[in-house]
Amino acid sequence: MGHVTPSDAPGTDPALTPGFRGRPRTSGNALPPGQYEVRDFPVLSAGPTPNIDTAHWQLEVRTEDDATWRWSWADLMALPQDDVLVDLHCVTRWSKFGTRWGGVSLDVLLADVPSAAQYAYVTCYGGYTTNLPVADLLGGTAWIAHTYDGRPLEPLHGGPARLLVPHLYLWKSAKWVRSITLLRDDMRGFWERYGYHDYGDPWREQRYQGD
Amino acid sequence: MTTTDAGPAGTGPAVARLGDRFASTHGWRRATVVDAWPESATARTLVLDVPGWPGHRAGQHVDLRLTADDGYTASRAYSVSAPTDPAHPQHVQVTVQRVLGGEVSPYLVDDLPVGAGIEVRGPVGGWFVWEPGAAGGAPVLLLAGGSGVTPLVAMVRARRAAGDRTPFRVLYSVRMPTDAMFLDELTGPRIDGVEADVWFTRAAPPDAPRAVGRIGLRDLARHGWPADLAPVCYVCGPTGFVEAMTRMLLVLGHDAGAIRAERFGPSTD
Repeated sequence: MGHVTPSDAPGTDPALTPGFRGRPRTSGNALPPGQYEVRDFPVLSAGPTPNIDTAHWQLEVRTEDDATWRWSWADLMALPQDDVLVDLHCVTRWSKFGTRWGGVSLDVLLADVPSAAQYAYVTCYGGYTTNLPVADLLGGTAWIAHTYDGRPLEPLHGGPARLLVPHLYLWKSAKWVRSITLLRDDMRGFWERYGYHDYGDPWREQRYQGD
Repeated sequence: MTTTDAGPAGTGPAVARLGDRFASTHGWRRATVVDAWPESATARTLVLDVPGWPGHRAGQHVDLRLTADDGYTASRAYSVSAPTDPAHPQHVQVTVQRVLGGEVSPYLVDDLPVGAGIEVRGPVGGWFVWEPGAAGGAPVLLLAGGSGVTPLVAMVRARRAAGDRTPFRVLYSVRMPTDAMFLDELTGPRIDGVEADVWFTRAAPPDAPRAVGRIGLRDLARHGWPADLAPVCYVCGPTGFVEAMTRMLLVLGHDAGAIRAERFGPSTD
């Protein structure tokens, strides 16, 4: 035997949570490390749920040179719509497989925006913020989602519209999205300032700063 | 449980490097269960001794990792139910509610023996916390639904341990007496500026001062703080409870930025 610590090879330490068996090991889907599957759709947010009337809703994109693009709800609906089937991974350790969303790809929204910025800072109705690289908004990986499972997205889950970036932990998929600011330098969002990871890749288990 | 999907921020601190202060850069720590006791018919408190523990604040949570004989692991987040005890700075106390059919909580409540090892990571979270002197001594309103009382009782304990005089009011909604936790501590006969009231939603004890029922707008207006006093409001419980309470707080004129919520989703286990 080499020098193996209990944390490296947990099964070798009989004193660690003795008698714990866990659920059956079979799962048809791939779970990122440290996650477990749920069938319902838990709700997590840091404050009250805002109610936003689509008549007054708007989405704004602001570049590093302060140029601004705006879309009303009608503008958003007039754009090409995607129907996407994706898995969700929340940093609180639940994953939900095969969720179906409708929305507009960020590729469409950002196509004509002149910017060399590397970072995006997302701001929401209600004041929530999050940060992620611009590259993670492009290439068919991110949407402004307004429909969940064939129905208008409920306020509880971020309606009328939320960012959807399913390849990152779900706190990056900001509910009640209002604006995206493109920045030359990264700026931490709400949870990121409280110690959560700047990137948040579930497959590399980037939960907290330093992971 | 914990937070962290997308939600509104209110007024978070603007200090850029706060993240580092709360970051869990040390990974999993091997802890030992040094004490445990039932907290209700369905909940149990565990005291973990965690070598090298950096300390934590009331309202924060920790990740616990359980390991089976074949190396399979399952991790869950639990709120701490007491602030760091200066006499035992390595101790972390969590209170776990048994969720029927859950993978982890029945083991923690019914099977995990004192003396066993368990892995701990944290502390995590910096938004849903209260410390003596926080928010310039603004009054505090704690709204607890079921096991959501756990991080809130940690705040009451932090206040008492520090001899802090911040006015606290607690409204605690729980299904029935056998589910209720920390009742003596919250509602016992003390005059120290913590006022607590309990609502039983399914079955009340014979001596309960009010009929079975949920916390309503009138209850919140009467037993909470007026919005004019600009209290900091902490709401913790199942999603339905948190949604109802935060909506009522807004109706009563409380500033959205002063309402901090932590939801225990139905899938916290």
